[in-house]
Amino acid sequence: MKKWLEPFGTAWVGVSTHKLRSFLTVLGIVIGVSAVISLMSIGKGTQRDILSRLSSLGSDLISISPGASFTSGGVRGSVGSAQTLTQEDAAAIAQGVSFINLVSPTYSTRLQLVAGGENTNATVTGVSTDYLEVMRLKIASGAFFTDYEYQRGAKVLVLGSGVKETLFGDSDAIGQQVRIGNSVGFVIGVLESKGTGFGSPDEAVLLPLTAMQQIVSRTRTTQGEYVVSTIVLTVSDEKKIDNVISEITSLLRTRHRLAASASNDFTITSALELTQTVTEASGTLTLLLGAIAAISLLVGGIGVMNIMLVSVLERTREIGIRKAMGARERDIWLQFLMEAAFLTLAGGIIGVIAGWLISYFVSRTGIVSAAVTPDIVILAVSVSVGIGLFFGFYPAWNASRLNPIEALRSE
Amino acid sequence: MIHLKGITKTYLMGKRELEVLRGVDLDIAKGDLIAIMGPSGSGKSTILNLLGCLDQPTSGSYFLDGREVSRLNRGELAALRSQKIGFVFQSFNLLPRLSALANVELGMRYSGGVDKRRALDALARVGLSERANHRPNELSGGEQQRVAIARAVVKRPPLILADEPTGNLDSRAGAEVISILTELHAEQNITLVMITHEADIARHCQRIVHLKDGQVEREEKV
Repeated sequence: MKKWLEPFGTAWVGVSTHKLRSFLTVLGIVIGVSAVISLMSIGKGTQRDILSRLSSLGSDLISISPGASFTSGGVRGSVGSAQTLTQEDAAAIAQGVSFINLVSPTYSTRLQLVAGGENTNATVTGVSTDYLEVMRLKIASGAFFTDYEYQRGAKVLVLGSGVKETLFGDSDAIGQQVRIGNSVGFVIGVLESKGTGFGSPDEAVLLPLTAMQQIVSRTRTTQGEYVVSTIVLTVSDEKKIDNVISEITSLLRTRHRLAASASNDFTITSALELTQTVTEASGTLTLLLGAIAAISLLVGGIGVMNIMLVSVLERTREIGIRKAMGARERDIWLQFLMEAAFLTLAGGIIGVIAGWLISYFVSRTGIVSAAVTPDIVILAVSVSVGIGLFFGFYPAWNASRLNPIEALRSE
Repeated sequence: MIHLKGITKTYLMGKRELEVLRGVDLDIAKGDLIAIMGPSGSGKSTILNLLGCLDQPTSGSYFLDGREVSRLNRGELAALRSQKIGFVFQSFNLLPRLSALANVELGMRYSGGVDKRRALDALARVGLSERANHRPNELSGGEQQRVAIARAVVKRPPLILADEPTGNLDSRAGAEVISILTELHAEQNITLVMITHEADIARHCQRIVHLKDGQVEREEKV
C-alpha cells in the first residue's frame, strides 16, 4: 500500500470493526445532510419558479397603482383601493416622460361571464392596444383588437386560455357570443397559456378600455376623468428605469397637486425591483430552511464526537502499542481524525444521494419543484467532512496525548 | 551502546512519592544479550520503559548510541523508538483486528514505511509463513509471541527489549520463543535486553543483572 494511503486503510479497519455502531453514527450525518439538501433544493426550486414567472413579464416593465405603498401616520387605504389614477395621467406620462416605450392604462373588475350554458366569474380588464406587447402576451388563436375597435369601444373579448377552457371547453371560441355583466361581447382571440400560478394571464379576460368604460358605470372622477386601476408601461432603455420612475413620480405629484409634505398617492413598481425583492426573500427562506436542517447535522456531529471518544477509550491499548512502535502524536492524531472524517464523508455522500432522491420525489408530486444545484451538493459534502474534522479533533487529540506506558497497561 | 548513569525514577502516588529507581548505573555494549532479574517492585519494568524511551528518568543520564535520551522531547523519543527499538511484551500486545501479517507490518509503519516482502520474510523467520493471514485469536500463545517477535525485528532495530516474553507461555512454547530470540540475536547482532523471572531462561544470556530495591544488586556473567 502506498504510504499516504495507509491512514485511509487504518481508518477503514477502525470503521468496519464496529459496523452497526459506525452505521448508526453515519445515519445521524445522513439525515442531517439529506435534510439540508432536500430543504435547500426545495427553497431554490421555489425561487426559480417564481423568478421564471417574473422574468416572463420582462425587466423593462413598470407598473403604477393608486394608493400609497406604506402608511406613515394615520390609516391609509391599501394599494389599488384608492381612485387616484386616471386615464389622463397615463396620457400625460406617455407624452411628458422620456425613455418610455409603450403605455397602457387598465381598468379591472370582477364580472360574471356567461357563454351558452357555462358561466364563470373572472377579472375583466379593459386595456389599450399596446397592452399585449407591454405584458409580453401572445395570441394563440384569433386576434387582438385593433386601434379602430378600440376607438369605437367595440365589445370584443380576448380570453385567457383558462377562461376559454371553462366557457367553451375544447370547441372553438372565436366569434362566440359572451354575456359580460349586463352587456354582450364577442370573442375575437384567445391568449397563449403561461401556466397557472403567480401572475398568470390564463384567467384574464381582456377588452378595449373604452368598451370597459361603457360596461362599468362610475368610472369617472368628480372632475370627469376616467379612473384606471393600474398603468403599465415599458421603458425603451432599462438602464434609465430609475430616471423614468422619478420623472413619473414628479409628474404625477404635480398633476395630483400634492403638497411637498404629502406622501405619494400612487405606487410605482418595476419588475426589476420585484425580481430583486423576490430573490432576496426566497434566498432568506432557503437559508432559513438550510439552517434548520443544519441543526440536525450538528446533532449528527455530536454523535460522531461521542463515538470517537468511546472508540479512543476502547482502543487505549492499541494506541499504546502504536506508540511503542514509534508512532508520533501526529500519527495517532491523524489516524483518529481520518476515522471521524471517513465516517462523516460517507454520511455526507449517502446523505447527498438520499437528499437528491427526496427532492426528486417532492418535485414529482408537482406541488413544489426542487432544484439540487452543484453548490448545495458541494456545500453539504464539505460541511459534513468539516464536521468530522471539527468533532473528531478533540477525541483525536485526546488519543495522541495518552501516556504510552499507561496506555499499554490498560485493558 | 547503552550507558546509564545515576538513573533515578520517582512516581507520585497521590501525595506520597514512590522512589522506584535509586541511582542505577549500567553499561550495555552493542550485541550484548542481557537478562534483568529481580523480585517484583525492584524496578525491572521501570528500567525497561526508560531503556525503551517510553519514559524519562527523574534524574541521571541515559545515552543511547551516543545520544542523551533524558534531554529529548516526546516527539524525539517517538522517533528514537521508531528507529532503534523493538518491543516484545509479556502479553504479546498484538492488534486483535489485524492479521499476523498486518501486525508485523505495523512494526514498520512508523519507521520508513511498510514493505510486505520484508514482513513475510520476518514471519518466515519465526516459522509462521502459513499463518500470515490468521488473526491473533486463531493462533496459540507461542505463535502469537512469535508474531510479536517478527513485528519487533522486522524494522531491523539495533535494540530489542523483551518484558518477560515467556511469562504467559507454557514451558515448551517458552523455550521455542527463547531459542528464536537468541538465534535472532546471534544472526543479526542485535542488542537484546530481557526481563525474566526464570533462572533457566536467564542462563541463555551472556550477563545477568540482578535488581533489588531500585538498585543494581549484582551482576554475573554466564
